[in-house]
Amino acid sequence: MANAQPSRTQTKLEPWRDPNEKPYVRIEKVTKKFGDFTAVDDVSLSIYRGEFFSLLGGSGSGKTTLLRMLAGFERPTEGKIFIDGVDMSNVPPYERPVNMMFQSYALFPHMSVEANIAFGLHQDKVPAAEIKERVADVLNLVQLGQFGKRKPHQLSGGQRQRVALARALVKRPKLLLLDEPLGALDKKLREQTQFELVNIQEKVGITFVVVTHDQEEAMTMSSRIAVMNRGYIAQIGTPTEIYEYPNSRFTAEFIGSVNMFHGRIVESEPDHSLIRSDEANCDLYVAHPGHLAPGTECWVAVRPEKVSISKDAPATGDGRNQATGVVKEIAYLGDVSIYEILLDTGKRVRVTAPMVTRRTEMPITWEDRVYLTWRPFAGSVLTN
Amino acid sequence: MAETVQSEMRHTGFLGLLQRVGLSGRALVMLLPYGWLLLFFLIPFLIVLKIALAESQMAIPPFTPLIETVEELKYQITVTFYNFHYMLTDDLYVVAYLNSLKIAFISTICCLLVGYPVAYAIAKADPKWRAPLLMLIILPFWTSFLIRVYAWIGILSNNGVLNNVLIWLGIIDQPLQILYTPVATYIGITYSYLPFMILPLYSTLEKLDNTLLEAAADLGCPPWKAFLSITLPLSIPGMIAGSMLVFIPAMGEFVIPELLGGPDTLMIGRTLWTEFFNNRDWPLASAVAVALLLFLVVPIMIFQNVQSRQGEQQ
Repeated sequence: MANAQPSRTQTKLEPWRDPNEKPYVRIEKVTKKFGDFTAVDDVSLSIYRGEFFSLLGGSGSGKTTLLRMLAGFERPTEGKIFIDGVDMSNVPPYERPVNMMFQSYALFPHMSVEANIAFGLHQDKVPAAEIKERVADVLNLVQLGQFGKRKPHQLSGGQRQRVALARALVKRPKLLLLDEPLGALDKKLREQTQFELVNIQEKVGITFVVVTHDQEEAMTMSSRIAVMNRGYIAQIGTPTEIYEYPNSRFTAEFIGSVNMFHGRIVESEPDHSLIRSDEANCDLYVAHPGHLAPGTECWVAVRPEKVSISKDAPATGDGRNQATGVVKEIAYLGDVSIYEILLDTGKRVRVTAPMVTRRTEMPITWEDRVYLTWRPFAGSVLTN
Repeated sequence: MAETVQSEMRHTGFLGLLQRVGLSGRALVMLLPYGWLLLFFLIPFLIVLKIALAESQMAIPPFTPLIETVEELKYQITVTFYNFHYMLTDDLYVVAYLNSLKIAFISTICCLLVGYPVAYAIAKADPKWRAPLLMLIILPFWTSFLIRVYAWIGILSNNGVLNNVLIWLGIIDQPLQILYTPVATYIGITYSYLPFMILPLYSTLEKLDNTLLEAAADLGCPPWKAFLSITLPLSIPGMIAGSMLVFIPAMGEFVIPELLGGPDTLMIGRTLWTEFFNNRDWPLASAVAVALLLFLVVPIMIFQNVQSRQGEQQ
């Protein structure tokens, strides 16, 4: 199970596409200022029941502030937050139907794992027998059945992370907020835990809102991602939408790596755009509907893995979507190799190619002259 | 490697001398605190112990020597446990000891009750206000301890500030007799030792991770309950440290009960003073001092050692 890529978009409905569906969380024109600094700038977004929603951004992008406003630790300077239709403006954190998993885990050091998890249930005056049962259940869910009597300092980082998750889950909140849930784990454990988190979320059916700076993590786990930059939302969409159809240079460059070719629109038709690019020294044909008037300055984004690299000249010679250059750098990663090619125009282009053959048989090497080509659907036209 | 050897060889002067006697810089660092304790604690204590084991006599010094020369190369060691026996059989010392325990205990509780809210308020204050507020806590140390205790006589006496204000407000008709009672001693000790309670409490409370309180709130715990279940238990180390710093000196306190307490405020420090200066019974006074140390300081040191070991685990 842990090895399979969870195919969320196929298995789940996509409630955000249904106009009759009511959003579970509605953030309306929320702005948060700390003195002169605007941490969150006029953000509006809707999150639906059962979603695994990620707020993705670099440090200072306002993602954590937005999450803390959902939890009730910060109050919006302007705007309103509704959870399940209820205005949260004057609801203190301890009365919200929301639980949070903290980045530092915030486990109570003087309490055992069991006491930590039971803490929230005691607040709700849940009967003792039921507390015992629910704590045991959730400990089994996070595979920590044997560790109930330990203190947090006797656990490893990964175990603490799961205690923090269990403590937030045991209250069966309608909305679970996770602040960099995997941030403190090492790479291997993080990858494994990503799938575990998704499995748990599917099992319990709680709406998750996750803050992360790790785009790979967001791509793997989320049903939808909101990419944040300097307090505003740059783009909201499914991982595929964000990756394949970035709406801005920021999103394209933030998610994965990308080659940007500067140019001007030559043709703008309902089925394609044609861009004249000096950087690529060719015409770029993009098979998406064109919206921009001819002459508009724009950039064409092409992902490195969408570019084919070859030492032989391409057979079809319309000259579109192809460039020539010299291999300057090769990074051998085992499964793929990354090539950096210096085009004749002076532009550097990054290409990734899967290592189908072994390294020793690798045909392309440093200072080779190569031809780069990509398909009409590979590029995206961006203006800002 | 070669360079280290060279640099070691280059040591001359003081460091070179130390090396020749086989002392590294590391050993020297260790030696310093232990040397200090040896010189200013262990040796004086042994001298006091020696006097406690001697007999009182009208001479200078007023006690019998430990080692006497009987004839050439023949020495006699005289040790008497009379003083300890006397101390334990005479009610005076046991009562004074218990009374000191009681006064120190009540004063420590008072310090805790007054000091905790103060420390909490400073720890929760805006960071730019914390340093000035702490400065205000330490400020009384800049004037003489004796003057501050004397000032309390002016406040607490029958014709003092407190009584006059209470009469003026119409709360009482007759001045309250506070001065020269145990209450005055409690007030004096609480006032004098309060900073020693506030400072360790503050440093514990200030270090307390605020996200723990956020986590508690997030789990449905209102602030007052979060204080009881999170802040209070996690500040126990600070409470213990502060209580130690108040309780131990309060136990042997002499000046405050002498100035503010009445003749019936019997404390071990005062008894010690009387034995030493009025009765000139140095051996008995020394025995009282040794007993105070053994019955009080040793258990506390063991307790603190256990505490700090537990602290390391967390």
